[in-house]
Amino acid sequence: MDFAFFLIQLLNGLQYGLLLFLVASGLTLIFGIMGIINLAHGSFYMLGAYLAWSLASLTGSLAAAIALGIPLTVLFGMALEWLLVRRLYDRDHLFQVLLTYGLILVFEEIRSILWGDDMHGVPVPALLNASIPLTDNLSYPVYRLFISGVCLLLAYGLYLLIKKTRLGMMIRAGASNRDMVQSLGINIKFIYTLVFAVGVALAGFAGMINAPLSSVFPNMGGHVLIICFVVVVIGGIGSVKGAMAASLMIGLADTFGQVLVPEMAGMIVYLLMAVVLIWRPAGLFGRA
Amino acid sequence: MTASRRSLALFLVASLLLALFPGVGGTFYVQLLTNVMILAIFAMSLDLLIGYTGLVSFGHAAYFGLAGYVLALLGPQYEAASLWWSLPAAMGVCALFALLTGLLVLRTKGIFFIMVTLAFAQMLFFVFHDTKLGGGSDGIYIYNKPTLLIGDFALANLDNIAHFYYLVLLLMLCVYLLLRRILGSTFGRALVGIKVNEHRMQALGFPVFRYKLASYVLAGALGGLAGYLAAVQFGFVNPEILSWHKSGQVIVMVILGGMGTLYGPVLGAFAFVLLQEAFSNQAWIGEWAKHWQLGMGVFIVLVAMYLPQGLAGLLQRFGRKAEAKEEREEQP
Amino acid sequence: MSAPILRTQELTKRFSGLVAVSKVSLELHVGEVHAIIGPNGAGKSTLTNLLSGDLPPTSGVVQFEGRDIAGFKSDRISRLGVGRSYQKTNIFLPFTVFENCRLAAQSRTPHAWRVWSGAGRFGDINRLAEEAMEAAGLAHRRDRVAATLSHGEQRQLEIAMCLATQPRLLLLDEPLAGMGPHESLRMVELIKTLSAQHAIMLIEHDMDAVFAVAHRLTVMVNGEVIESGTPEAVRGSPVVQLAYLGGGDNLHV
Repeated sequence: MDFAFFLIQLLNGLQYGLLLFLVASGLTLIFGIMGIINLAHGSFYMLGAYLAWSLASLTGSLAAAIALGIPLTVLFGMALEWLLVRRLYDRDHLFQVLLTYGLILVFEEIRSILWGDDMHGVPVPALLNASIPLTDNLSYPVYRLFISGVCLLLAYGLYLLIKKTRLGMMIRAGASNRDMVQSLGINIKFIYTLVFAVGVALAGFAGMINAPLSSVFPNMGGHVLIICFVVVVIGGIGSVKGAMAASLMIGLADTFGQVLVPEMAGMIVYLLMAVVLIWRPAGLFGRA
Repeated sequence: MTASRRSLALFLVASLLLALFPGVGGTFYVQLLTNVMILAIFAMSLDLLIGYTGLVSFGHAAYFGLAGYVLALLGPQYEAASLWWSLPAAMGVCALFALLTGLLVLRTKGIFFIMVTLAFAQMLFFVFHDTKLGGGSDGIYIYNKPTLLIGDFALANLDNIAHFYYLVLLLMLCVYLLLRRILGSTFGRALVGIKVNEHRMQALGFPVFRYKLASYVLAGALGGLAGYLAAVQFGFVNPEILSWHKSGQVIVMVILGGMGTLYGPVLGAFAFVLLQEAFSNQAWIGEWAKHWQLGMGVFIVLVAMYLPQGLAGLLQRFGRKAEAKEEREEQP
Repeated sequence: MSAPILRTQELTKRFSGLVAVSKVSLELHVGEVHAIIGPNGAGKSTLTNLLSGDLPPTSGVVQFEGRDIAGFKSDRISRLGVGRSYQKTNIFLPFTVFENCRLAAQSRTPHAWRVWSGAGRFGDINRLAEEAMEAAGLAHRRDRVAATLSHGEQRQLEIAMCLATQPRLLLLDEPLAGMGPHESLRMVELIKTLSAQHAIMLIEHDMDAVFAVAHRLTVMVNGEVIESGTPEAVRGSPVVQLAYLGGGDNLHV
């Protein structure tokens, strides 16, 4: 493996990891703060991708599609929390698994009814449709770098939101002590709705921005969901920092695994998880 | 009639009806019911974990699939394997897998446990999906059904649909009675104690981890029994039989039927498969049959929200009403 | 005096910087009620958790019947003969009183791993459970579901479950918490009776009860033992007076 090839794989691994972070951070926040195990999280990724495809076909621009798509996913998330998820806060995780498993089926069929069962490509925006030459026959697409950059910006924004703002403070307090926050007169219901909606929007956005690379196809959320579970387990439930570290680990392990040991590639991330759990049963940044 | 008499009577009537069914049902329905009973064994094995030990495993399909692959891989390719060794081998491999993974996953709790069991099942999925070990994503055919011989005498011919039906029925009843017996024992009571209050059980002196491990291994072996039978019935295995959708479906069966009761998961398996048949029946719902998952999904959501005790909970409610009525009549 | 059944030396527990229990050395004897008193946050419950194995100590020695048990898991310590009750009632709410006690008794017997014979069939387990209910004054509630008991009765059940495990040492963490005066009296009588054949460590805020039953008192403040001795000696101790007067605490010694 020469250096240029290595560099490409490294960049791919980081880009994949950063994208996973967008989906997994929402998942871990919803787990950590609301105590909800959400299997339907992968469906939001899929719905985001299909939204991007259909809106981009309508408007002719992926940017416009994303600009329209984000408010739609936020509203969708709020409605879902308000209608269904809210009723499961005090219930056993088992019922959360059940409800969100049912939702996967529902979303998958809604997708089938609205958009059909075909695979579709989404064109890379013209402005970003270029490659940076690395050697005579190897080059790196600008759009991938663009995705990595956007993900990093969002991650930094999330960090600021949680560390510096009043909302973030409430979120952190809510994660550790629900009663305390409530007794301070903070509207925890609204915070929960907001957190859920942000999580949905992050997953949806990841689906939209990645659509030109991944294409859109049925059941595309399933694989992302399971990988993001692994990310959350490795990082430690509720830890956004852990989600970032684990996402990058998984992104790199998966990318290099496919190049170096293609037969083992699917298993590698799970082996990684097993090793981490033997070492730290609550994940890298988890509170035991 | 006392409650225990009533349940004994129900058990006998249900067994009798199932035993008589091949005489009246067509081939399609006999096969469908065989499939349902296999899933009932699968659901009962998971209920041992969810309903009786308080372990919400989201990776139970691993055992279902693993046992099938053991049969497909260990059996000779062009001859029939004997059930006498292939079934214990399949269940034994499942028990071993449960023991090894159990040592790890049982150190975690709650959401972690759910996700870690899922991840281990996924790991197995990719072992069979990505490597040539089990024919990759295409899977393997099992050309010959296992034999069930004593000397040269065939106890049953598993190619015969009715014979196989009765074998599955017999095994389902055995699993039911076995689990009933175990759950009524001191060991079983300790499991339920762990489900209710694990911390207190430990403080009372129970080696909780070992109890959970024993339950986990038993559930894995019985899940393997179901998987073995399914592989025999369909004649092939592919990675889909250990996918997380399969694990999700069996959780639905357990809760739909009513966790923490043994007949609940059996009812759940029946209801699940029959509903699936109904939602995908073109003659009944026409065009929409294509989107049968929509109906299933909405139904599952409704069960999660409004029927936490499942069908068994409904039955018990009727049972209590009937008892109350009898008491009123006895005391004029 | 006979050898202590339990002895600690310099027992210490730190939670990331905070020292909850600091170098506590004490002895518990059969036939003696040893009360640990002190303000909230003094480390009394943490001390109990260290002795019962619910928490591992950071450093120090715990010896039970001459055997080092520091760091043992709670189930192992329980099987050695240490029973504990919890400050916050910790029982099997959906089970009957009898089943709660039966389960506790079951942990002691070699039948516990039998998977085949019905659980109700073991006479020795059932007898232990019945005796424990009798001793704790709950025999008349035998078939009631634990969740439907009054608060005081749930506390009694907590003790009954402890007794069903046949401990030689009882660690009682605020057994009177939330009890009415009548129930309290009964519990005090029960502790007195039990003290004849058991070693008892009692954590309690009700000072009337403490002085009614305790043979020995240890006073803890901020994780440290500031005084230990007979009730009379502790009552008159200037250190204790100072600590409480200075701390402005509500303890009326």
